[in-house]
Amino acid sequence: MLIKKPNDIPSSEITPKNSYMSRRSFITGAVAAGAAVAGGSFLRSKFNDGHSTTVEAAGEKLSGIMKSQYSTTETQTSFKDITNYNNYYEFSTDKYGPAGLSKNFKTRPWTVAIEGMVKKPKTLDIDSIMKLAPLEERIYRMRCVEGWSMVIPWVGFPLSNLIKKAEPLPSAKFVAFQTILAPDEMPGQKDNVLQWPYVEGLRMDEAMHPLAILAVGLYDEALPNVDGAPVRLVVPWKYGFKGIKAVVKVSFTDKMPPTTWNLMTPNEYGFYSNVNPTVDHPRWSQATERRIGDGLFAPKRKTLMFNGYADQVASLYNGMDLRKNF
Amino acid sequence: MRAIPEKVLRTLKIIVFPACLGPLSVLTWKALHELLGANPVDVITRSTGKWTLTFLLITLAVTPVRRLLRMPWLVRFRRMFGLYAFFYGTLHLMTYVWLDKFFDFPAMLHDIAKRRFITAGMTAFALMIPLALTSTSGWIRRLGGKRWQKLHRLIYFSAAAGVIHFLWLVKADKSRPMLYGAVLLALLLARFVVWLLARVRSRQVVSRVHSPSFTHDQAR
Repeated sequence: MLIKKPNDIPSSEITPKNSYMSRRSFITGAVAAGAAVAGGSFLRSKFNDGHSTTVEAAGEKLSGIMKSQYSTTETQTSFKDITNYNNYYEFSTDKYGPAGLSKNFKTRPWTVAIEGMVKKPKTLDIDSIMKLAPLEERIYRMRCVEGWSMVIPWVGFPLSNLIKKAEPLPSAKFVAFQTILAPDEMPGQKDNVLQWPYVEGLRMDEAMHPLAILAVGLYDEALPNVDGAPVRLVVPWKYGFKGIKAVVKVSFTDKMPPTTWNLMTPNEYGFYSNVNPTVDHPRWSQATERRIGDGLFAPKRKTLMFNGYADQVASLYNGMDLRKNF
Repeated sequence: MRAIPEKVLRTLKIIVFPACLGPLSVLTWKALHELLGANPVDVITRSTGKWTLTFLLITLAVTPVRRLLRMPWLVRFRRMFGLYAFFYGTLHLMTYVWLDKFFDFPAMLHDIAKRRFITAGMTAFALMIPLALTSTSGWIRRLGGKRWQKLHRLIYFSAAAGVIHFLWLVKADKSRPMLYGAVLLALLLARFVVWLLARVRSRQVVSRVHSPSFTHDQAR
Protein backbone atom coordinates (compact mmCIF):
# COMPACT_ATOMS: atom_id res chain seq x y z
CA MET A 1 0.00 0.00 0.00
CA LEU A 2 3.01 2.26 0.54
CA ILE A 3 4.18 1.99 -3.02
CA LYS A 4 1.87 3.19 -5.74
CA LYS A 5 1.15 0.52 -8.33
CA PRO A 6 1.18 1.37 -12.03
CA ASN A 7 -2.25 2.54 -13.07
CA ASP A 8 -2.70 0.42 -16.14
CA ILE A 9 -2.19 -3.05 -14.69
CA PRO A 10 -4.96 -4.26 -12.38
CA SER A 11 -3.47 -6.45 -9.68
CA SER A 12 -6.14 -9.00 -10.53
CA GLU A 13 -4.44 -9.47 -13.90
CA ILE A 14 -1.00 -10.12 -12.52
CA THR A 15 -1.85 -12.89 -10.10
CA PRO A 16 -4.80 -15.24 -10.49
CA LYS A 17 -7.27 -14.58 -7.71
CA ASN A 18 -7.21 -18.09 -6.31
CA SER A 19 -3.47 -18.10 -5.85
CA TYR A 20 -3.25 -14.70 -4.22
CA MET A 21 -6.15 -15.57 -2.00
CA SER A 22 -4.43 -18.72 -0.75
CA ARG A 23 -1.17 -16.86 -0.35
CA ARG A 24 -3.02 -14.22 1.58
CA SER A 25 -4.71 -16.71 3.87
CA PHE A 26 -1.27 -18.17 4.60
CA ILE A 27 0.13 -14.76 5.41
CA THR A 28 -2.95 -13.84 7.42
CA GLY A 29 -2.62 -17.10 9.34
CA ALA A 30 1.05 -16.57 10.07
CA VAL A 31 0.41 -13.00 11.11
CA ALA A 32 -2.51 -14.01 13.31
CA ALA A 33 -0.31 -16.62 15.02
CA GLY A 34 2.40 -14.04 15.60
CA ALA A 35 -0.06 -11.50 16.89
CA ALA A 36 -1.64 -14.02 19.22
CA VAL A 37 1.76 -14.81 20.69
CA ALA A 38 2.38 -11.14 21.23
CA GLY A 39 -1.00 -10.81 22.83
CA GLY A 40 -1.93 -8.34 20.14
CA SER A 41 -4.87 -10.25 18.76
CA PHE A 42 -6.94 -9.14 21.72
CA LEU A 43 -6.17 -5.51 21.03
CA ARG A 44 -6.83 -5.93 17.34
CA SER A 45 -10.29 -7.34 17.81
CA LYS A 46 -10.94 -4.90 20.60
CA PHE A 47 -10.14 -1.77 18.66
CA ASN A 48 -10.76 -2.91 15.09
CA ASP A 49 -7.60 -1.41 13.71
CA GLY A 50 -7.28 -4.34 11.37
CA HIS A 51 -9.68 -6.90 10.06
CA SER A 52 -10.29 -9.93 12.21
CA THR A 53 -12.09 -11.89 9.50
CA THR A 54 -11.90 -11.44 5.79
CA VAL A 55 -13.78 -12.66 2.75
CA GLU A 56 -11.63 -15.22 1.01
CA ALA A 57 -13.86 -17.99 -0.28
CA ALA A 58 -14.51 -17.86 -3.99
CA GLY A 59 -18.14 -17.47 -4.97
CA GLU A 60 -20.10 -19.29 -7.63
CA LYS A 61 -18.75 -18.47 -11.10
CA LEU A 62 -21.20 -16.65 -13.36
CA SER A 63 -21.17 -17.43 -17.09
CA GLY A 64 -22.19 -15.74 -20.31
CA ILE A 65 -21.32 -12.25 -19.08
CA MET A 66 -21.32 -9.57 -21.75
CA LYS A 67 -19.08 -6.50 -21.83
CA SER A 68 -20.73 -3.08 -21.71
CA GLN A 69 -20.06 0.27 -23.32
CA TYR A 70 -20.79 1.86 -19.94
CA SER A 71 -17.74 0.28 -18.28
CA THR A 72 -14.79 2.43 -17.31
CA THR A 73 -11.23 1.41 -18.17
CA GLU A 74 -9.89 2.73 -14.87
CA THR A 75 -7.87 0.42 -12.64
CA GLN A 76 -10.22 -1.86 -10.79
CA THR A 77 -10.13 -2.02 -7.01
CA SER A 78 -8.91 -5.41 -5.78
CA PHE A 79 -11.43 -8.11 -4.92
CA LYS A 80 -9.96 -8.12 -1.43
CA ASP A 81 -10.64 -4.43 -0.80
CA ILE A 82 -14.12 -4.54 -2.36
CA THR A 83 -15.11 -7.45 -0.17
CA ASN A 84 -13.48 -6.36 3.08
CA TYR A 85 -14.07 -2.63 3.32
CA ASN A 86 -17.56 -1.23 3.02
CA ASN A 87 -20.53 0.14 4.87
CA TYR A 88 -23.22 -2.43 5.61
CA TYR A 89 -24.77 -1.27 8.87
CA GLU A 90 -27.07 -4.32 8.97
CA PHE A 91 -23.95 -6.23 10.03
CA SER A 92 -21.71 -3.61 11.65
CA THR A 93 -20.96 0.09 11.68
CA ASP A 94 -17.28 -0.81 11.36
CA LYS A 95 -16.26 -0.95 7.71
CA TYR A 96 -14.06 -3.98 8.32
CA GLY A 97 -16.84 -5.76 10.22
CA PRO A 98 -19.40 -6.94 7.63
CA ALA A 99 -16.91 -9.19 5.77
CA GLY A 100 -16.75 -11.66 8.63
CA LEU A 101 -20.20 -11.06 10.11
CA SER A 102 -22.02 -11.66 6.81
CA LYS A 103 -20.42 -15.05 6.17
CA ASN A 104 -23.39 -17.12 7.30
CA PHE A 105 -26.08 -14.87 5.88
CA LYS A 106 -28.57 -17.03 3.95
CA THR A 107 -29.30 -15.86 0.40
CA ARG A 108 -31.35 -18.92 -0.64
CA PRO A 109 -34.30 -19.27 -0.75
CA TRP A 110 -34.82 -15.61 -1.71
CA THR A 111 -37.73 -13.79 -3.24
CA VAL A 112 -38.36 -10.20 -4.23
CA ALA A 113 -41.90 -8.84 -3.87
CA ILE A 114 -43.15 -6.45 -6.57
CA GLU A 115 -45.87 -4.25 -5.09
CA GLY A 116 -47.73 -0.97 -5.23
CA MET A 117 -48.83 0.73 -8.41
CA VAL A 118 -48.37 -2.20 -10.75
CA LYS A 119 -50.76 -4.08 -12.99
CA LYS A 120 -50.48 -7.15 -10.82
CA PRO A 121 -48.35 -7.59 -7.69
CA LYS A 122 -46.05 -10.58 -7.88
CA THR A 123 -43.20 -12.33 -6.18
CA LEU A 124 -40.07 -13.19 -8.11
CA ASP A 125 -37.67 -15.92 -7.13
CA ILE A 126 -33.97 -14.93 -7.14
CA ASP A 127 -33.12 -17.53 -9.77
CA SER A 128 -35.72 -16.11 -12.13
CA ILE A 129 -34.44 -12.58 -11.40
CA MET A 130 -30.96 -13.68 -12.46
CA LYS A 131 -32.47 -14.77 -15.77
CA LEU A 132 -34.51 -11.61 -16.34
CA ALA A 133 -31.92 -10.27 -18.75
CA PRO A 134 -28.49 -11.20 -20.09
CA LEU A 135 -25.83 -10.54 -17.46
CA GLU A 136 -23.44 -7.71 -18.21
CA GLU A 137 -20.19 -6.62 -16.68
CA ARG A 138 -20.46 -3.00 -15.59
CA ILE A 139 -17.18 -1.57 -14.34
CA TYR A 140 -18.33 1.48 -12.40
CA ARG A 141 -16.80 4.06 -10.14
CA MET A 142 -18.34 3.92 -6.66
CA ARG A 143 -18.16 7.10 -4.62
CA CYS A 144 -18.99 6.83 -0.93
CA VAL A 145 -20.49 9.89 0.75
CA GLU A 146 -17.63 9.58 3.27
CA GLY A 147 -15.08 10.63 0.66
CA TRP A 148 -13.56 7.39 -0.58
CA SER A 149 -14.08 5.62 -3.87
CA MET A 150 -13.54 2.33 -5.67
CA VAL A 151 -13.81 0.95 -9.20
CA ILE A 152 -15.97 -2.16 -9.10
CA PRO A 153 -16.61 -4.68 -11.88
CA TRP A 154 -20.25 -5.42 -11.10
CA VAL A 155 -22.21 -8.11 -12.86
CA GLY A 156 -25.88 -7.42 -13.38
CA PHE A 157 -28.50 -6.01 -15.70
CA PRO A 158 -30.35 -2.73 -16.14
CA LEU A 159 -32.96 -2.10 -13.48
CA SER A 160 -35.30 -1.16 -16.32
CA ASN A 161 -35.61 -4.86 -17.16
CA LEU A 162 -37.16 -5.57 -13.78
CA ILE A 163 -39.37 -2.50 -14.03
CA LYS A 164 -40.72 -3.59 -17.41
CA LYS A 165 -41.40 -7.03 -15.96
CA ALA A 166 -43.22 -5.39 -13.03
CA GLU A 167 -45.54 -3.46 -15.38
CA PRO A 168 -46.00 -0.29 -13.31
CA LEU A 169 -49.12 1.83 -13.81
CA PRO A 170 -48.71 5.18 -15.58
CA SER A 171 -49.45 6.86 -12.23
CA ALA A 172 -46.28 5.40 -10.68
CA LYS A 173 -43.64 8.14 -10.38
CA PHE A 174 -41.14 6.60 -7.98
CA VAL A 175 -39.61 3.19 -7.21
CA ALA A 176 -39.05 2.25 -3.57
CA PHE A 177 -36.70 -0.51 -2.43
CA GLN A 178 -36.45 -2.39 0.84
CA THR A 179 -33.72 -4.56 2.38
CA ILE A 180 -34.53 -7.80 4.17
CA LEU A 181 -35.29 -7.53 7.90
CA ALA A 182 -33.50 -10.47 9.54
CA PRO A 183 -32.03 -9.42 12.89
CA ASP A 184 -31.10 -13.03 13.70
CA GLU A 185 -28.75 -13.10 10.75
CA MET A 186 -27.90 -9.41 10.67
CA PRO A 187 -26.56 -8.46 14.09
CA GLY A 188 -26.50 -4.76 13.24
CA GLN A 189 -30.29 -4.74 12.97
CA LYS A 190 -30.46 -5.41 16.72
CA ASP A 191 -29.11 -1.90 17.33
CA ASN A 192 -31.19 1.15 16.55
CA VAL A 193 -28.35 2.93 14.81
CA LEU A 194 -30.64 3.32 11.80
CA GLN A 195 -34.32 2.61 11.28
CA TRP A 196 -34.69 -0.96 10.01
CA PRO A 197 -35.36 -2.23 7.42
CA TYR A 198 -33.20 -0.05 5.18
CA VAL A 199 -35.22 1.68 2.48
CA GLU A 200 -34.18 3.58 -0.63
CA GLY A 201 -35.85 5.09 -3.65
CA LEU A 202 -35.41 6.52 -7.13
CA ARG A 203 -37.49 8.70 -9.35
CA MET A 204 -38.92 6.64 -12.22
CA ASP A 205 -36.74 8.25 -14.90
CA GLU A 206 -33.64 7.66 -12.76
CA ALA A 207 -34.62 4.05 -12.26
CA MET A 208 -35.20 3.55 -15.99
CA HIS A 209 -31.81 5.04 -16.89
CA PRO A 210 -29.54 2.44 -18.52
CA LEU A 211 -26.74 3.13 -16.00
CA ALA A 212 -28.90 2.04 -13.05
CA ILE A 213 -28.46 -1.68 -12.56
CA LEU A 214 -29.39 -4.53 -10.29
CA ALA A 215 -26.12 -6.28 -9.44
CA VAL A 216 -26.01 -10.00 -8.76
CA GLY A 217 -22.24 -10.44 -8.98
CA LEU A 218 -18.79 -8.88 -9.13
CA TYR A 219 -15.48 -10.02 -10.61
CA ASP A 220 -17.46 -12.62 -12.63
CA GLU A 221 -18.74 -14.30 -9.47
CA ALA A 222 -22.03 -14.39 -7.62
CA LEU A 223 -22.28 -11.32 -5.39
CA PRO A 224 -20.47 -11.91 -2.06
CA ASN A 225 -22.71 -11.55 1.00
CA VAL A 226 -20.72 -8.58 2.22
CA ASP A 227 -21.57 -6.59 -0.91
CA GLY A 228 -25.32 -7.10 -0.71
CA ALA A 229 -26.06 -10.62 -1.95
CA PRO A 230 -28.09 -11.93 -3.56
CA VAL A 231 -29.25 -8.78 -5.34
CA ARG A 232 -28.54 -5.08 -4.84
CA LEU A 233 -29.03 -1.76 -6.54
CA VAL A 234 -26.11 0.13 -8.14
CA VAL A 235 -26.62 3.74 -9.22
CA PRO A 236 -23.11 4.91 -10.11
CA TRP A 237 -23.80 8.66 -10.32
CA LYS A 238 -25.15 8.74 -6.76
CA TYR A 239 -23.41 8.27 -3.42
CA GLY A 240 -22.89 4.65 -2.44
CA PHE A 241 -25.59 4.51 0.23
CA LYS A 242 -28.26 4.81 -2.49
CA GLY A 243 -27.19 1.33 -3.62
CA ILE A 244 -29.48 -0.62 -1.33
CA LYS A 245 -28.36 -4.19 -0.60
CA ALA A 246 -30.12 -7.55 -0.16
CA VAL A 247 -33.32 -6.27 -1.72
CA VAL A 248 -36.58 -8.11 -0.89
CA LYS A 249 -39.15 -5.57 -1.98
CA VAL A 250 -39.60 -3.21 -4.93
CA SER A 251 -42.70 -1.07 -4.86
CA PHE A 252 -44.07 1.59 -7.15
CA THR A 253 -45.61 4.79 -5.87
CA ASP A 254 -46.69 8.29 -6.88
CA LYS A 255 -45.06 9.91 -3.84
CA MET A 256 -41.37 10.41 -3.10
CA PRO A 257 -40.58 7.41 -0.88
CA PRO A 258 -38.72 7.71 2.44
CA THR A 259 -35.02 6.84 2.41
CA THR A 260 -33.13 5.57 5.45
CA TRP A 261 -30.26 8.06 5.76
CA ASN A 262 -32.59 10.94 5.00
CA LEU A 263 -34.86 9.81 7.84
CA MET A 264 -31.83 9.66 10.12
CA THR A 265 -30.29 13.08 9.28
CA PRO A 266 -32.38 15.03 6.74
CA ASN A 267 -29.98 17.97 6.51
CA GLU A 268 -27.05 15.70 5.63
CA TYR A 269 -28.55 13.18 3.20
CA GLY A 270 -31.11 14.15 0.58
CA PHE A 271 -33.36 11.99 -1.54
CA TYR A 272 -31.32 12.54 -4.70
CA SER A 273 -27.82 12.27 -3.23
CA ASN A 274 -26.17 12.73 -6.58
CA VAL A 275 -22.39 12.87 -6.40
CA ASN A 276 -21.68 16.60 -6.52
CA PRO A 277 -18.29 18.12 -5.67
CA THR A 278 -19.80 21.59 -5.37
CA VAL A 279 -22.30 20.70 -2.66
CA ASP A 280 -20.50 19.82 0.56
CA HIS A 281 -21.81 17.43 3.13
CA PRO A 282 -22.40 19.67 6.18
CA ARG A 283 -19.55 17.97 7.99
CA TRP A 284 -17.01 17.42 5.24
CA SER A 285 -16.04 18.55 1.76
CA GLN A 286 -17.11 16.50 -1.24
CA ALA A 287 -14.58 18.14 -3.56
CA THR A 288 -12.07 15.30 -3.39
CA GLU A 289 -12.01 11.58 -2.76
CA ARG A 290 -9.52 8.95 -1.72
CA ARG A 291 -9.36 6.12 -4.23
CA ILE A 292 -8.99 2.87 -2.31
CA GLY A 293 -5.72 1.21 -3.32
CA ASP A 294 -3.98 4.43 -4.35
CA GLY A 295 -1.49 4.13 -1.51
CA LEU A 296 -0.74 5.89 1.72
CA PHE A 297 1.04 8.91 0.27
CA ALA A 298 -1.05 9.39 -2.86
CA PRO A 299 -2.98 12.65 -2.89
CA LYS A 300 -6.74 12.52 -3.13
CA ARG A 301 -8.47 12.73 -6.50
CA LYS A 302 -10.88 15.43 -7.60
CA THR A 303 -14.47 14.26 -7.38
CA LEU A 304 -16.34 14.62 -10.66
CA MET A 305 -19.87 15.92 -11.13
CA PHE A 306 -22.29 12.98 -11.10
CA ASN A 307 -19.23 10.84 -10.32
CA GLY A 308 -18.04 11.29 -13.91
CA TYR A 309 -21.35 10.22 -15.46
CA ALA A 310 -22.58 13.76 -16.20
CA ASP A 311 -22.73 13.18 -19.97
CA GLN A 312 -25.21 10.38 -19.46
CA VAL A 313 -27.34 11.63 -16.57
CA ALA A 314 -27.11 15.43 -16.27
CA SER A 315 -30.21 15.84 -18.47
CA LEU A 316 -32.31 14.04 -15.85
CA TYR A 317 -31.93 17.07 -13.63
CA ASN A 318 -32.36 19.91 -16.12
CA GLY A 319 -33.84 22.96 -14.44
CA MET A 320 -33.44 21.54 -10.95
CA ASP A 321 -31.54 23.39 -8.21
CA LEU A 322 -29.11 20.66 -7.17
CA ARG A 323 -28.04 22.67 -4.14
CA LYS A 324 -31.57 22.48 -2.85
CA ASN A 325 -32.26 19.00 -4.13
CA PHE A 326 -29.04 17.53 -2.75
CA MET B 1 0.62 1.01 49.63
CA ARG B 2 1.73 4.51 50.60
CA ALA B 3 5.14 4.87 49.05
CA ILE B 4 7.38 2.73 46.94
CA PRO B 5 11.16 2.85 46.72
CA GLU B 6 12.65 5.19 44.14
CA LYS B 7 14.37 2.24 42.46
CA VAL B 8 11.08 0.44 41.83
CA LEU B 9 9.55 3.63 40.50
CA ARG B 10 12.42 4.07 38.05
CA THR B 11 12.05 0.49 36.82
CA LEU B 12 8.32 1.02 36.39
CA LYS B 13 8.97 4.13 34.34
CA ILE B 14 11.40 2.24 32.12
CA ILE B 15 8.60 -0.26 31.42
CA VAL B 16 5.73 2.20 31.02
CA PHE B 17 7.54 4.63 28.73
CA PRO B 18 8.10 2.21 25.82
CA ALA B 19 4.73 0.54 26.46
CA CYS B 20 3.05 3.84 25.61
CA LEU B 21 4.77 3.69 22.23
CA GLY B 22 2.98 0.38 21.60
CA PRO B 23 0.11 1.81 19.53
CA LEU B 24 2.55 3.66 17.27
CA SER B 25 4.72 0.55 16.87
CA VAL B 26 1.70 -1.55 15.91
CA LEU B 27 0.64 1.06 13.34
CA THR B 28 4.14 1.32 11.87
CA TRP B 29 4.55 -2.43 11.69
CA LYS B 30 1.19 -2.82 9.99
CA ALA B 31 1.93 -0.01 7.54
CA LEU B 32 5.21 -1.66 6.53
CA HIS B 33 3.49 -5.03 6.09
CA GLU B 34 0.47 -3.64 4.22
CA LEU B 35 -1.86 -4.72 6.99
CA LEU B 36 -3.68 -1.43 7.42
CA GLY B 37 -6.54 -2.59 5.21
CA ALA B 38 -8.22 -0.91 2.28
CA ASN B 39 -8.03 2.62 3.64
CA PRO B 40 -4.76 3.02 5.58
CA VAL B 41 -5.10 6.77 6.05
CA ASP B 42 -8.47 6.28 7.71
CA VAL B 43 -7.04 3.61 10.04
CA ILE B 44 -4.08 5.84 10.99
CA THR B 45 -6.38 8.81 11.57
CA ARG B 46 -8.74 6.86 13.78
CA SER B 47 -6.01 5.07 15.70
CA THR B 48 -3.96 8.18 16.51
CA GLY B 49 -7.16 10.05 17.44
CA LYS B 50 -8.30 7.25 19.71
CA TRP B 51 -4.94 7.13 21.51
CA THR B 52 -4.82 10.90 21.94
CA LEU B 53 -8.14 10.80 23.71
CA THR B 54 -7.22 7.66 25.63
CA PHE B 55 -4.01 9.24 26.96
CA LEU B 56 -5.88 12.42 27.87
CA LEU B 57 -8.28 10.32 29.94
CA ILE B 58 -5.46 8.28 31.48
CA THR B 59 -3.77 11.55 32.47
CA LEU B 60 -7.00 12.79 34.01
CA ALA B 61 -7.44 9.48 35.83
CA VAL B 62 -4.12 9.72 37.64
CA THR B 63 -5.29 12.06 40.41
CA PRO B 64 -8.58 10.29 41.33
CA VAL B 65 -6.99 6.84 41.09
CA ARG B 66 -4.02 7.71 43.27
CA ARG B 67 -6.36 9.14 45.90
CA LEU B 68 -8.78 6.23 45.73
CA LEU B 69 -6.11 3.52 45.85
CA ARG B 70 -3.78 5.54 48.07
CA MET B 71 -0.95 5.36 45.55
CA PRO B 72 0.48 8.89 45.70
CA TRP B 73 3.51 7.90 43.61
CA LEU B 74 1.25 7.58 40.56
CA VAL B 75 1.58 11.34 40.10
CA ARG B 76 5.12 10.71 38.90
CA PHE B 77 3.61 9.23 35.71
CA ARG B 78 1.19 12.03 35.01
CA ARG B 79 3.52 14.20 32.96
CA MET B 80 4.55 11.21 30.83
CA PHE B 81 0.93 10.34 30.05
CA GLY B 82 0.08 13.95 29.32
CA LEU B 83 3.02 14.28 26.94
CA TYR B 84 1.98 11.06 25.23
CA ALA B 85 -1.48 12.55 24.70
CA PHE B 86 0.23 15.51 23.03
CA PHE B 87 2.48 13.17 21.06
CA TYR B 88 -0.42 11.15 19.62
CA GLY B 89 -2.38 14.36 19.11
CA THR B 90 0.49 15.71 17.02
CA LEU B 91 0.56 12.50 14.96
CA HIS B 92 -3.21 12.77 14.53
CA LEU B 93 -2.91 16.36 13.32
CA MET B 94 -0.01 15.48 11.02
CA THR B 95 -2.06 12.67 9.49
CA TYR B 96 -4.73 15.23 8.68
CA VAL B 97 -2.31 17.87 7.39
CA TRP B 98 -0.15 15.52 5.34
CA LEU B 99 -1.95 12.32 4.41
CA ASP B 100 -5.50 13.67 4.30
CA LYS B 101 -5.16 17.26 3.08
CA PHE B 102 -1.73 17.04 1.48
CA PHE B 103 -0.67 20.43 2.90
CA ASP B 104 -3.57 22.18 1.17
CA PHE B 105 -3.69 25.00 3.70
CA PRO B 106 -6.60 26.96 2.17
CA ALA B 107 -8.69 23.76 2.26
CA MET B 108 -7.71 23.21 5.88
CA LEU B 109 -8.61 26.77 6.90
CA HIS B 110 -11.93 26.30 5.15
CA ASP B 111 -12.41 23.06 7.09
CA ILE B 112 -11.60 24.68 10.43
CA ALA B 113 -14.03 27.51 9.80
CA LYS B 114 -16.85 25.46 8.35
CA ARG B 115 -16.79 21.99 9.91
CA ARG B 116 -17.57 22.06 13.56
CA PHE B 117 -15.94 18.71 14.29
CA ILE B 118 -12.66 20.02 12.86
CA THR B 119 -13.06 23.22 14.88
CA ALA B 120 -13.52 21.15 18.04
CA GLY B 121 -10.54 18.94 17.21
CA MET B 122 -8.27 21.91 16.51
CA THR B 123 -9.41 23.51 19.77
CA ALA B 124 -8.58 20.34 21.68
CA PHE B 125 -5.11 20.28 20.15
CA ALA B 126 -4.45 23.99 20.60
CA LEU B 127 -5.32 23.72 24.30
CA MET B 128 -2.71 20.99 24.70
CA ILE B 129 0.12 23.13 23.33
CA PRO B 130 0.63 25.41 26.39
CA LEU B 131 0.38 22.36 28.62
CA ALA B 132 3.11 20.52 26.73
CA LEU B 133 5.31 23.65 26.65
CA THR B 134 5.03 24.24 30.40
CA SER B 135 5.38 20.60 31.38
CA THR B 136 8.99 20.95 32.49
CA SER B 137 10.08 21.36 36.11
CA GLY B 138 11.62 24.68 35.14
CA TRP B 139 8.25 26.03 34.03
CA ILE B 140 6.52 24.77 37.17
CA ARG B 141 9.06 26.77 39.18
CA ARG B 142 8.82 29.81 36.95
CA LEU B 143 5.02 29.91 37.10
CA GLY B 144 4.71 28.84 40.70
CA GLY B 145 2.70 25.77 41.71
CA LYS B 146 -0.65 27.54 42.06
CA ARG B 147 -0.54 29.33 38.73
CA TRP B 148 0.85 26.28 36.96
CA GLN B 149 -1.98 24.18 38.31
CA LYS B 150 -4.53 26.73 37.20
CA LEU B 151 -3.09 26.75 33.69
CA HIS B 152 -3.07 22.98 33.52
CA ARG B 153 -6.78 22.83 34.23
CA LEU B 154 -6.99 23.53 30.49
CA ILE B 155 -6.76 19.77 30.11
CA TYR B 156 -10.42 19.51 31.16
CA PHE B 157 -11.42 21.69 28.22
CA SER B 158 -9.06 19.94 25.86
CA ALA B 159 -10.49 16.53 26.75
CA ALA B 160 -14.05 17.82 26.49
CA ALA B 161 -13.31 19.34 23.06
CA GLY B 162 -11.74 16.03 22.05
CA VAL B 163 -14.85 14.06 23.01
CA ILE B 164 -17.08 16.56 21.20
CA HIS B 165 -14.81 16.30 18.13
CA PHE B 166 -15.31 12.52 18.18
CA LEU B 167 -19.06 12.80 18.79
CA TRP B 168 -19.58 15.24 15.92
CA LEU B 169 -17.63 13.29 13.35
CA VAL B 170 -19.42 9.94 13.57
CA LYS B 171 -22.28 9.37 11.17
CA ALA B 172 -24.69 7.30 13.20
CA ASP B 173 -23.11 4.96 15.75
CA LYS B 174 -22.37 7.21 18.72
CA SER B 175 -21.51 4.41 21.16
CA ARG B 176 -17.70 4.85 21.08
CA PRO B 177 -17.67 8.64 21.58
CA MET B 178 -20.35 8.25 24.26
CA LEU B 179 -18.09 5.81 26.09
CA TYR B 180 -15.23 8.31 26.08
CA GLY B 181 -17.68 11.00 27.18
CA ALA B 182 -18.93 8.87 30.07
CA VAL B 183 -15.39 8.19 31.32
CA LEU B 184 -14.54 11.89 31.08
CA LEU B 185 -17.70 12.79 32.95
CA ALA B 186 -16.89 10.28 35.70
CA LEU B 187 -13.37 11.69 36.05
CA LEU B 188 -14.64 15.25 36.25
CA LEU B 189 -17.36 14.21 38.69
CA ALA B 190 -14.75 12.59 40.95
CA ARG B 191 -12.96 15.94 41.10
CA PHE B 192 -16.17 17.76 41.88
CA VAL B 193 -16.94 15.38 44.76
CA VAL B 194 -13.44 15.84 46.18
CA TRP B 195 -13.79 19.61 45.90
CA LEU B 196 -17.21 19.51 47.57
CA LEU B 197 -15.97 17.33 50.45
CA ALA B 198 -13.02 19.66 50.96
CA ARG B 199 -15.39 22.63 51.12
CA VAL B 200 -17.66 20.93 53.63
CA ARG B 201 -14.67 19.97 55.75
CA SER B 202 -13.22 23.49 55.71
CA ARG B 203 -16.65 24.85 56.70
CA GLN B 204 -16.72 22.49 59.64
CA VAL B 205 -13.36 23.84 60.72
CA VAL B 206 -14.68 27.37 60.39
CA SER B 207 -17.84 26.58 62.35
CA ARG B 208 -15.76 25.01 65.10
CA VAL B 209 -13.80 28.23 65.34
CA HIS B 210 -17.08 30.13 65.56
CA SER B 211 -18.71 27.73 68.04
CA PRO B 212 -20.58 29.29 71.06
CA SER B 213 -17.81 28.29 73.46
CA PHE B 214 -15.48 30.43 71.44
CA THR B 215 -17.36 33.69 70.98
CA HIS B 216 -16.13 36.84 69.37
CA ASP B 217 -16.14 38.53 72.72
CA GLN B 218 -13.83 36.01 74.21
CA ALA B 219 -11.62 36.19 71.19
CA ARG B 220 -11.17 39.87 71.71
